[in-house]
Amino acid sequence: MADISAPAAALTTSDGRPLRAALASAQQRAKRRAFLLVLPLLAFIVITFIVPIGQLMHQAIYNPGFSDNMPRLTQWFADTPPGTAPDEAAWEALALDLRDASEAKTIGTVGTRVNYDLSGTRSLFTSTARKAARFEPPYREAVLAADDKWADPVLWSTMRQVSDAYSLNFFLAALDMTRDVEGRVVAMPEDRQIYVSLFLKTFLLAGLITLTCLVLGFPVAHLLATLPMRWSNLLMILVLLPFWTSLLVRTTSWMVLLQQQGVVNNTLVAAGVVAEEGRLELIYNQIGTIIAMTHILLPFMILPLYSVMRPIPPSYVRAARSLGATSWTAFRRVYLPQTLPGVGAGALLVFILAVGYYITPALVGGASGQLISNLIAFHMQDSLNWSLAAALAGLLLGAVLLLYWVYDRLVGIDNMKLG
Amino acid sequence: MALPVYASPLEKLWHYIYLVICALIFLFLIAPILIVIPLSFNAEPYFTFTEKMLTFDPSGYSLRWYDLLLTQPSLPTDVPRDAAWWGRVWTESAWVNAAKNSVIIGVFATVVATVLGTIAALGLSRPEMPYRRLIMAILISPMIVPIIITATGLFFFYSSPCALIGWTGLSQYCGRLTSSYVGVVLAHATLGIPFVIITVTATLIGFDQSLNRAAASLGAPPTTTFFKVTMPLILPGVISGALFAFVTSFDEVVVVLFVAAHDQQTIPRQMWNGIREQISPAILAVATILVVISIALLATLEILRRRSERLRGVTPH
Repeated sequence: MADISAPAAALTTSDGRPLRAALASAQQRAKRRAFLLVLPLLAFIVITFIVPIGQLMHQAIYNPGFSDNMPRLTQWFADTPPGTAPDEAAWEALALDLRDASEAKTIGTVGTRVNYDLSGTRSLFTSTARKAARFEPPYREAVLAADDKWADPVLWSTMRQVSDAYSLNFFLAALDMTRDVEGRVVAMPEDRQIYVSLFLKTFLLAGLITLTCLVLGFPVAHLLATLPMRWSNLLMILVLLPFWTSLLVRTTSWMVLLQQQGVVNNTLVAAGVVAEEGRLELIYNQIGTIIAMTHILLPFMILPLYSVMRPIPPSYVRAARSLGATSWTAFRRVYLPQTLPGVGAGALLVFILAVGYYITPALVGGASGQLISNLIAFHMQDSLNWSLAAALAGLLLGAVLLLYWVYDRLVGIDNMKLG
Repeated sequence: MALPVYASPLEKLWHYIYLVICALIFLFLIAPILIVIPLSFNAEPYFTFTEKMLTFDPSGYSLRWYDLLLTQPSLPTDVPRDAAWWGRVWTESAWVNAAKNSVIIGVFATVVATVLGTIAALGLSRPEMPYRRLIMAILISPMIVPIIITATGLFFFYSSPCALIGWTGLSQYCGRLTSSYVGVVLAHATLGIPFVIITVTATLIGFDQSLNRAAASLGAPPTTTFFKVTMPLILPGVISGALFAFVTSFDEVVVVLFVAAHDQQTIPRQMWNGIREQISPAILAVATILVVISIALLATLEILRRRSERLRGVTPH
């Protein structure tokens, strides 16, 4: 072999360059060309998708509502070590900042920001600020005369915390935790712990929906995979039509079907299964969310299952039977293991999509069928606590990206198929 | 799936039970979509079959909800339907305007997604592509990331699109992208791109690269090769990707709710409002139209699939 490699090193292209170098540079050129084709789209996605999500994550850790509008007090907090009792300089900073914020009409922002960490303080800020124009030295007495709640050390420690625009407090809040007076991380009071249980509920419901999709999708995919192509193509339309139909249409149909006066209840009453006054509550609760989402996500389970089941040769099961296996054993020991890649792909995809679902729970979920996405929307649109919304979104995003990574490891993103 | 001749009676019984179960699951899949069609012709404002509908009494059916779509919010209903009336429908009807908006946004988003997506798919399918797996993961991610996160992120980004380049001093020339068509089109293009990438790369797997080399060896420049050789062969994949992108945009409501102006209505947004406020059978009329459109799209795709199989000589096995 050594005899062959020695002259190979001397090989050159027609213009006298060593072949190895010529090949390497050609390879480089090909790489660059392939990358240049992808570059426009990559840049587009980075600008219209990655950057916005980065900005959202920034919103979760950065909230300048206090520091921008209370500059003097923020400076005082920066100059003094934590735990310092407010001196006259601090009271003066507070009084002047309140006056300026009241004039600039930004006091509401400040009050809201402090209120996120210490509820019930927003009105303290707005009411004191209204009197701030008349404050005279000594400021401590003046402010306390306006409202003696300002003497509360908890309020001062909270203000110190929020005076830092960058903080992880919203992530703590999203995990039902908060900081105490000394800045230690502690659990929220029992009655205000809502987010962790909502995350758990979201994962539980998504798991349940994945399971129902698997139970309903497996027999259908198996049937489609074993029928002759002509028939399975025809029946495939029944799977693809829901897949192509508007999400809102499908959600609306379920609302129509499942209402108390809807088709399902009417049929059940007419058939005598349930009494007229015992009409089932099938919608605006968790049951409605589960039924509608199972229907919507079922094609995402059937399609990957089908594409794995189709190439499984039927002769394997026949061989197992001929060797004496019962049909159940042949299915369990020979067929089922070969379908596992499809089961994994479908289940992961359905679970990922279910965890972040928004539209269907918002429309048919009622009070009990809401998921974490709906709470993010609530904080964005109604409570306007955008930083908390961003922190909740960050946690959800982390979970989804983790699952996406697992999907890529197990299934490979290039193997994703649509119809 | 035929039963083997050696099946025992118990297995035969199980086989028939299995077929019934499958039939029921198919019913679960398809019934909710088909049920809205007859209900949209209900003469009464109910969401269930009336006595008259069940006995096929013609007076139990009507087109009143379709008529309502044309006349909402404030067109007269008791005037002759002449050209002037139809002209007013075209400009004033809330649903017609929503449809126009949806189509405009959908078409532009589809063009952006399809052009960028197809070019990128060509690059991704080359064996030399560096960091293929990572880039693919990034390009597919808009499909995976929950829509509420995308919408929220876009809301912040569109409020100050130049926040990141603030240090250059150029940001004062930047406007806002909220309440604009451009913002919605860009967002919908982003959401449609994963579908284009998936369908076009899937088509390119079966693409014989030596055809390109053959064209090049005969003296064709790269653009000619692309339009004369590559494009005709991958066209079915490109079209089905474009259809996916269009449907994604045509059905998208959350981003529109977050970044569009109040008067920028689209069909899904009108439906969303209709469902949230008070659901009327007019929604079912819209739903029926959308179901008919999706049946047409599905038929188009099926024809494309057959054409592509024929062109490449792949026969169904």
